Amino acid sequence: MKACGTVHKYGDNVDTDVIIPARYLNSSDPAELAKNCMEDIDKDFVNRVKPGDIMVAKKNFGCGSSREHAPIAIKASGISCVIAETFARIFYRNAINIGLPIIECPEAADGIDAGDTVEIDFDSGMIYNRTKGTEFKGQAFPPFMQEIIRNEGLINYINNK
Amino acid sequence: MGMTMTQKILAYHAGLDSVEAGQLIEADLDLVLGNDVTTPVAIHEMEKFHKKEVFDKTKIALVMDHFTPNKDIKSAEHCKCVRQFSAENEIVNFFDVGAMGIEHALLPEKGLIVAGETCIGADSHTCTYGALGAFSTGVGSTDMAAGMVTGKAWFKVPSAIRFNIVGEKAKWVSGKDVILHIIGMIGVDGALYKSMEFVGEGIKNLTMDDRFTIANMAIEAGAKNGIFPVDELTEEYMKAHSTKTYTKYEADADAVYDEEYTIDLSTLKPTVAFPHLPENTKPIDEVGEIKIDQVVIGSCTNGRISDIRIAAEIMKGRKVADGVRVIVIPGTQEVYLQAIEEGLMTIFVRAGAIVSTPTCGPCLGGHMGVMAAGERAVSTTNRNFVGRMGHVDSEVYLASPAVAAASAITGKISCPCELGL
Repeated sequence: MKACGTVHKYGDNVDTDVIIPARYLNSSDPAELAKNCMEDIDKDFVNRVKPGDIMVAKKNFGCGSSREHAPIAIKASGISCVIAETFARIFYRNAINIGLPIIECPEAADGIDAGDTVEIDFDSGMIYNRTKGTEFKGQAFPPFMQEIIRNEGLINYINNK
Repeated sequence: MGMTMTQKILAYHAGLDSVEAGQLIEADLDLVLGNDVTTPVAIHEMEKFHKKEVFDKTKIALVMDHFTPNKDIKSAEHCKCVRQFSAENEIVNFFDVGAMGIEHALLPEKGLIVAGETCIGADSHTCTYGALGAFSTGVGSTDMAAGMVTGKAWFKVPSAIRFNIVGEKAKWVSGKDVILHIIGMIGVDGALYKSMEFVGEGIKNLTMDDRFTIANMAIEAGAKNGIFPVDELTEEYMKAHSTKTYTKYEADADAVYDEEYTIDLSTLKPTVAFPHLPENTKPIDEVGEIKIDQVVIGSCTNGRISDIRIAAEIMKGRKVADGVRVIVIPGTQEVYLQAIEEGLMTIFVRAGAIVSTPTCGPCLGGHMGVMAAGERAVSTTNRNFVGRMGHVDSEVYLASPAVAAASAITGKISCPCELGL
């Protein structure tokens, strides 16, 4: 499985309140949530984002609330993968559970800028910055989590067990 | 190798003699929690399961607390969805308007969680119950759905940071100041993926409400859970609130910790977290002149009776400053009733504050006190992220109920000592 797209870049501690503000949590419809994704720190994100694009951030991405609406909104906005130096733990679980690919890779979080074209090979964990001609190796998931990802989420994994 | 307190609880619930940090386990759950924001997503996810029945209708708690009494039609539809689900599945612990409180104030009060148990909740502040010596942690809606069906959850066994608590608090210093101080020290990702284990002779000087507040905000340091040992105070609390059998766990003497800190309560001052992260803390004497528009006293962090009492003590016989709006939110119906019976409501209303029914409301910018651009609040809640309480250009300063109440009177961020208290 591969992903390729343009990078939207953010800094440290991107919290779930800015990924999807609570004023929109009266809906749980992915398409509706996607309309307001990132709006409190990047108003234009929803206009710029194209299917397959990649989000890159620094440390503690997705900190704050447990709202699964956050990875749902990112996934529904068209983002194919989030790369970060580190992820907050509930966001990490939620992303895996709903089948949003995420990769922890401090070097990539440093070496990729907004607007770069990045390709990801999920099988090898390799991240290629096509704009800068650099490459990074993301951290591999433990086999148990790979199994959840292969099943496209926790529920299929449990159903198929 | 010895185990931490958290590791021992997880090992027992996974049916293992021992576990170690990093190990992936599947643990039995004693309680699965959801609210009106996260449960509808979980119910939708449950539809995808081959097996659709809940694992145990007595071990699920559904609390309608975030956007209730419903603020709009969409949030009313969410509550209706959960109400129907609860009726169909005969969920014993469904708490609707009239019975509900803010979930993390309500569940311990109702005795639904006790020491030694394992709990997941689709709300990040589920870590609150570590105050009782339970393992409890926040998860998302899909984990909640899986928990409701299977009664189990997967965990990566966490390593831990040990906080050795010593000394005694000074006047006007509370559990809120302790946890804000710690988050200021280690940062919002200082305990990422880890347990925060509180130990030491100073713990006896922390009330149960202090401990609930401290465990509640473990997530604001990125922690998986925060946990306290079980002492006489914990046992007294559990016996007063629950008929469940509890189990006391203690960390092994040779348990390994990633880091250790000593927190001397006697050195702490009332502490304020500046926008827009809980780690941006300053002791009250370094805050400077910060004028405010709104004060919020309540939430799962500070909506318990001792919080309401201390706010009333400070506001008694005084008037809210001109231009300041003060919203007091007792955490549960029981706290609300106690506040009425103790005459605290009269104090607030005479001072010019309003008292709301229990709700998460303004904490997450939901309703009951959403702010406009450029406005500033002192709040006893737990997060001060960009846009958390309303407009993206509004600001939240996190503080204790004592500091919030004093600020309500002076119109700027203040210590109660400024009022001669």
